[in-house]
Formats: sequence, structure tokens, C-alpha cells
Amino acid sequence: MVSQGLISDFERMLGKENVFSSEADLQSYSYDSAVLEPVIPSLVVRPTTTEKLGECVKKLYDNGIPMTVRGAGTNLSGGTIPDRSETVVILTNGLNHILEINSNDLYAVVEPGVITAQFAQAVAEKKLFYPPDPGSQAVSTIGGNIAENAGGLRGLKYGVTKDYVMGVEFFDATGEIVKTGSRTVKCVTGYNLAGMLIQSEGTLGVISKAILKLIPPPKASRAMMAVFDDMQNAAEAVAGIIAAHVLPCTLEFLDNNTIVRVDDFTHSGLPREAGAILLIEVDGHPAQVEDDALAVERVLKENKASAVHIPKDAAEKFKLWEARRMALPVLARCRPTTVLEDATVPRSQIPAMMKAVNEIAAKYKVEVGTFGHAGDGNLHPTFLCDKRNKEEFHRVEMAIDEMFDVAIKLQGTLSGEHGIGTAKSKWMEKETSRGTILFSQRLRRALDPKGLLNPTKLVGI
Amino acid sequence: MEDLQALAKRLMALDDKLTDCMRCGMCQAVCPMFGASGMEADVARGKLALIGNMAHELFRDPESLGDKLGRCLLCGSCQAACPPGVKIMEIFREAREVVHSYLGLHPAKKLIFRQLLARPKLFNAAMSIGAPLQKLVFRSSQDSQGTVCSPMLNFMLGDRHIRPLASQSLHAKVGALDERASVGQLKVAFYPGCLGDKMYTNMGLACIKALHYHKVAIYMPSSLACCGIPAVSSGDGQGMVNQLKVNLNLLADKSFDYLVTPCGSCTSTIKELWPEYAERIDAPSKRAAEEISKKTMDINAFLIDVLHVEPKANKEGVKVTYHDSCHLKKSLGVTEQPRKLIQANGKYTLVEMKEADRCCGCGGSFNLFHYDYSRNIGQRKRDNVVASGASVVSAGCPACMMQLEDVLSHNNDNIQVKHPIEIYAESL
Ligand SMILES: Cc1cc2nc3c(=O)[nH]c(=O)nc-3n(C[C@H](O)[C@H](O)[C@H](O)COP(=O)(O)OP(=O)(O)OC[C@H]3O[C@@H](n4cnc5c(N)ncnc54)[C@H](O)[C@@H]3O)c2cc1C
Ligand code: SF4
Ligand code: SF4
Repeated sequence: MVSQGLISDFERMLGKENVFSSEADLQSYSYDSAVLEPVIPSLVVRPTTTEKLGECVKKLYDNGIPMTVRGAGTNLSGGTIPDRSETVVILTNGLNHILEINSNDLYAVVEPGVITAQFAQAVAEKKLFYPPDPGSQAVSTIGGNIAENAGGLRGLKYGVTKDYVMGVEFFDATGEIVKTGSRTVKCVTGYNLAGMLIQSEGTLGVISKAILKLIPPPKASRAMMAVFDDMQNAAEAVAGIIAAHVLPCTLEFLDNNTIVRVDDFTHSGLPREAGAILLIEVDGHPAQVEDDALAVERVLKENKASAVHIPKDAAEKFKLWEARRMALPVLARCRPTTVLEDATVPRSQIPAMMKAVNEIAAKYKVEVGTFGHAGDGNLHPTFLCDKRNKEEFHRVEMAIDEMFDVAIKLQGTLSGEHGIGTAKSKWMEKETSRGTILFSQRLRRALDPKGLLNPTKLVGI
Repeated sequence: MEDLQALAKRLMALDDKLTDCMRCGMCQAVCPMFGASGMEADVARGKLALIGNMAHELFRDPESLGDKLGRCLLCGSCQAACPPGVKIMEIFREAREVVHSYLGLHPAKKLIFRQLLARPKLFNAAMSIGAPLQKLVFRSSQDSQGTVCSPMLNFMLGDRHIRPLASQSLHAKVGALDERASVGQLKVAFYPGCLGDKMYTNMGLACIKALHYHKVAIYMPSSLACCGIPAVSSGDGQGMVNQLKVNLNLLADKSFDYLVTPCGSCTSTIKELWPEYAERIDAPSKRAAEEISKKTMDINAFLIDVLHVEPKANKEGVKVTYHDSCHLKKSLGVTEQPRKLIQANGKYTLVEMKEADRCCGCGGSFNLFHYDYSRNIGQRKRDNVVASGASVVSAGCPACMMQLEDVLSHNNDNIQVKHPIEIYAESL
């Protein structure tokens, strides 16, 4: 437990309005978006300047108190659930300033609590483009995106968060400021510590500032929806599109169960018999978009698409995309508990993975709907259950265990974008190696000798 | 302790609805309260977690649960944006009632909801005494909105710039109406709402003018009671039932085609809550409330969808921007009609503001208990209004109009606040 003295110190440092110690407030920082048991922290602090952020980290380190940094708390792996009841949660939503958007040199400098969509909007107003667009972008923070290396719908062509981080400043466990990377395209001054901080899930340092790469936006785009009788053909079409040297900015799929569930809900006349739907968008220079769209259409037909819809305008595209937008909301409505997974396999293995997911679901008698980023092999098998029914929830957990085994066998990964946190740490060694775990732990201990930064997350310290 | 268990048990009835929350956090994007405070306990995810914890006896402090639940405008923005469609508003209403029946209702609220608002005659008398007397207490804020402020009552009203009570209420001005509809003519029950009757009287008159222009017969009894939303918001289900009884008496056996109101909050309360609370009275009341609910329409929607008023195009007119009231857009889905109604007056040009559907921060009694937050939320709306370049801002709910006038007046902005029906009526 933190002492009253420490609470008063924080109140003096940050102002009373930025120190939360009431039971009601503490309970509201005990969870995140992962389906895991909550843990109530002992105090929550909200620094409003980066200097104060550093002072908070130092004070907690000096007092030997574990700390968990929290952005919007939307991660799906338990990264912001306090490790122990002594934990102090550090909020970054008081650090939400966009410090610079530089249109000449194509970069921006932001504080960690800036909200992704608001940042992307501010960038768009300057006629530039920040592509990473996780499904949670309306609320997620840049700090959380970097610490999870968040992906999104545009991954195949534009990459993920790590491809846009030019530099970061962060506080190490002891509160010392570390600066790495720069505003230049090239920078080899010292270790690539920015790279190390990406997807570190709050275990290596507390990010206080980020320099992000911006790009010119595409001038034109064209969307399409294709219907397939079976998943295999859809997957072959995906491979065919890439073999034709077209990199769509969006290449999403929905499986049959998701299609039926969405149609039940929206009555929008989706093809209920279809094995899969692909949603495709190509963008770039108008002439190239024209060529790419024709090439995609040809590949779709060659691969037995039973129908290809090309929306005439933005309104029609919005309608076609509804199925994808509604996938998670509709699945989430079916049952009380929604476990959203993100097992990822090499693109060509999607049919094998989909087959396995459906067989596993049948074996454990659990319901699953799958949609995801076909271009990245990133599936979102979404398990629908009621966690209050212990027996059912146990079957879901077993099904998920088995699904990870298959993903690893297919040379894929446990997590394409949601992170490890505490939710998936037990599978880490299976995908990597004993050495990987030991190396990571030694790294952590060297940088954080008291083991205070999000101690049980990822590999544990 | 036993009491606490009983409280938990009552909240457990909400468990199924509570479990629907997947803790995704998407409600943070739209919650005005969270936008102002940045505290997790203020966003729907946090409140639902706390209600759940109290139901499961993991949290044992009903008083602070009551406080947290009160830090909410009941604007419904969270529910409208919630991916799994959690019935957040139902949960909040029920939880407020359960918690307040445990803690006891604030005596002032009890007096207002159970006595004053359920007794239209008393309320009307109190307000008509209030109107002349207020000159002694209030002075003009010297602004374009025509609000007043009250240094004398600062301890109670804070630094609010509010619209003065009308010297004569709407029902005092036009009397009770019960016009005969000839064959083929529509007849509506007109429900002006408390603010439409006592503060925004000109807006009420504009409604009557427009209805008469379109040859619609009007039924407006003089002693309608409050729609009940303030009581429900304060967790006073009984207060709501008392007011509902009065209204049903006046409306149940009357024949009219539609019930129209110029207040988004009243409309959504009548449509969505009256049938629910009438169930607590008796079966005939429930049937009557359901009938009325089906016939109830927002006045903008009525003029556009039923009377087919057409917008006119004008690119050069007086610039007006439109604020989507939460109850109109998020509860009733009314978004296009007020905009069309504004454009039906060829003298105006509609310009959209940023975040037009973000809550303005009034939230009824929220404004009374959390004026600082209310102003803070209102400031964001004000900044968007000003950035639109409009000289008039329009909203389809008098509570929003009051809030807009307060923030604009405090910023000395030369921008007027009008209901779409006032803009339309100017053209008739
Ligand atoms: C509906 C929904 C859709 C989603 N869609 C996607 C998607 O499409 N793609 C995707 O990749 N993810 C997705 N996610 C997961 C999640 O939103 C992302 O991981 C996001 O990046 C988390 O951001 P946050 O601000 O909520 O971070 P938090 O959840 O607050 O934190 C995440 C991790 O980062 C650490 N952290 C936060 N800030 C800092 C900092 N300043 N310094 C160091 N560490 C820090 C935390 O300790 C924690 O370990 C989705 C989640 C939901 C609920
Ligand atoms: S009703 Fe409005 S203020 Fe209340 S929690 Fe929902 S969005 Fe926030
Ligand atoms: S958006 Fe809905 S499901 Fe998501 S956290 Fe908020 S209330 Fe819960």
C-alpha cells in the first residue's frame, strides 16, 4: 500500500485533481479490454507535463513501488491491469499535445497521450497522411500504439505503427530521460533504442514523446467487394492479387458465420451461402489505381469469385463496407462475453488456419466467428461465450490453446497486433525459444534492477 | 450491512445487461463528461464496472457510487457508439433509482419532483409570481442572447447567464386550446415542455404559428405537468409516476393524430419512458401511454415528414449552424429534419460546425450540480460554433438553447440562439 505521505507528495507535485485515491476511482483502473481478472491499484497519478512524468517515475522507483503506464486502456492482453495491489497506475491522458506537424520535413512530434484518430485528423488537415489505423483509433493513444506496435486495416501496403516511429524519448525505470532517433530520415547515432521500445508494453521505459513519420496521402482510391463460395478460392485470390504485383491498401475478409450473423442483424442482403467475402481497396495515383483495379478484378474472376461488386461512389462504398464495420459489433452482441483473438499466419496458410479454427470450435462446442486482415494473414477469430459459465469458458480457453498450437505449426504467430501482456505470456516460449525468454528477462533486469515496470507483463522479470 | 446486501441484490437484476459491456473503451471517444475530466470512472465503461462491482459486493460505498453516477449528462452518446449495444441508459436509470432509494432523495429534489412538477397549477402560480419578481434580482448580462445574471443569487446560481422567465407563460398568453378539426384536417396535441412554456415562450408561439399556418388543429391543455425526465434522472421513479398520472389524465382520452413537442428531451421521454413508467400505475395507463408514445413526434420531424415542408437552396443567406441535441439524434434519430426546416426559410444558409453531434453539456440537473464541468463541456461546443462562422446557432431542444446562450454570453459572442421552428416561423 502507498503511504499517506506519498499520496500527499504526489498531490503537491501534480495537484490534487491529478491524484486519484478513492476506492471508486481505483476500481475503475483495475481492468482493460482483455477478458482477464481485474486487479485494483493502490494509487493513480496523472502527470500533465513530461517533466512531471519523469518525476513520477523516479519517485516510484526510489520508493520501490511497481508501476503500470496506461493510455486509453484498450489493449486486449492485460497490459494495463496492475500487477499487484501495490501498483501505482500512471495515466498519460494528461499529456495530449501535438507539439509539431512539419509539412516540409514530413514528421510530427507528439506527447504519448495524443489520441490516434485526433492525430490522424490533424495531420489530414495539413494534407498529409498518418496511416496506422487500429480499430480502436477513436480512443487509443499514440503511446499505447507504440508500446503495442498496433496494426490496422492498412498494414499490407502501409505497414504498422513501427514503420512510422522515427524517434522516441522515454524515461527509464529510474526516471532518467533517454533520447533516441531523430527528425531526420536517417539517424544512426547509438543503438536503435526506439525500435526496442516499440511493442515493449510498458516494460522497458515510459514513453514521453514520439517523432512520427508522415507521408503524402494517395490521390485516388477504388473499392471492391468479392463473394466466394469457399474460403480456399478467396485465399487463392489474395495470393493471386499479390502475385500480380498489386498491393491493395485494404484486403479484408469475413467468414461464413460472420456473414450470417451480420446479415441477421442488418438485413442488408449479404450472401448468406458464401464461404467468404473479400473487401478490397487499391489507392495511389489515379492512373495506377485504374490499372490496379482492373488487375484485381481479373484475378478475382480467375479465382471463381461468384460476384464482384464495384461501388459507384462513396455512399455505396460505405454500404458495402458496413459488413466489415459491423463484424465485431454484431458478434459482440451474440453472447455476453467476446474474446477477440489475433492469431496470424503466413497469407497462404489462411485456408488451413480457418479450417483448423472451425474444427477446433466444433470439437470444443464453442461458437466462433472469424474476420480479419486477409492481406496480412491476420485473423480475428472471435469466441462468443458467457464467462460466468465456468465450464463453457474453460472450453473456450482450451480451444484458444489449441488454436495457438496450430498457428505456431503453420509458422505463424500468437499475436499479430494485440500484444502478449499477461494473457499470452505462457505461450511465448513455444513460439520463440527458452533463450529468447532468458535474454528478454536479463535485458529487463539490467534496465530495471528493482523490477518495477509492468513486472509480470510479456516475459515477466 | 443487510441493507447493503439488499441494495446489491437489486443491482444484480442488472447483471445480464452489465455483462454485455466488453470493456472495449470505445465510449471514451464520445463521452462529454470523460472529455472534460479524463477520469475512467466518468465514462460508461467505468460506471458500468462500478455498478457491477457493487452488485457483486466488491464495492461497498453507495454514496460514492451515487456521486459517480451523477457525473453524467444521460446524453446517450455512449450507448449510441457502443459496439455491442449495451443498454447503458436503462442501466444508468435503474441504478440511479436503486441507489437513491437507498440513500434517500435530496429533500429539495423531493419537493420539486413530487410536489411542484406534479402539480401544474402550483408550479404555474409559483412561476408567474417569479416572473415579475425576478427583475429585482437579475440584471441583464448585456449580451446578444438577452440573458440575465444574478450577482445577488451567486451562491445558488453561480455565474450563470440564463434566459429570464417569460413575463407571461405560453399557456397564459394563448390560453388552453382545443380546436376542432374539420374532415381531413390533422389535429395534434401540442406539448410545449416546461422550458417552452415558461422560458422560451416565443419558441412556443412559433410552433403554434407554424401549426396554424399548415392548418393543423391544436389541443393544448393549460395544466400539463413536466414530462418527468428531471425526476427520472435524479433516480426519482415515484416523482415521474406522479407527473405521468397528471399528463395521462389530460391526454389519454383525447382524440388527436399526433402529439408534437419542440423539445428533444420531452419527445424521447414520452416515446421511450412513459410506457415503461406507466406500467407502475396500471394496465389501462400502460395502454394509454403506449398509444400516446406511438403518436409522439418531434416538431421538426412532424413538419418535414408529415407536412412535407420543403427546404429551399440559398448560398447567400444569414449563416446558421445546427447543433444536434443528444435526445434528438441519439435517442430519436432525428438529424435531417431540423436541418431541412432551417433551410425552408430561404433567408438562411446552413453551415455545418465540427462535432455537431457532440453533447453541449447541459444535461438538465447535471448543470445544477456540476456547473463547472457543464461550462467546460459547453466551451468546446462554443468554440466549434464560433469556428463555423455562423451568426445564429440553432438547436431543437430548449435545454441545449439555454446552455448555448450561457456559454456564448460568457464569451461575449455576437451569436444568437434559435430553435429551427423559430427560423421557419419567421418565413411564414
Ligand atoms: C475494439 C478494439 C479494436 C482494436 N483494434 C485493434 C487493431 O485493429 N489493431 C491493433 O493493433 N490493436 C487493436 N486493439 C488493441 C488496442 O487498442 C491497441 O493495442 C492500442 O494500441 C492500445 O492503445 P491504448 O492507448 O489503449 O494503450 P493501453 O491499453 O493503455 O496500453 C497498452 C500497453 O502500452 C503500455 N503503454 C501505454 N502508454 C505507454 C507509454 N507512454 N509508455 C510506455 N508504455 C505505454 C501499457 O503499459 C500497456 O502495456 C483494439 C482494441 C479494441 C478494444
Ligand atoms: S450518458 Fe453521456 S455523459 Fe453519461 S456516460 Fe454516457 S456519454 Fe458520458
Ligand atoms: S463502448 Fe459499450 S461495451 Fe465498450 S466499454 Fe463502453 S459501454 Fe462497454
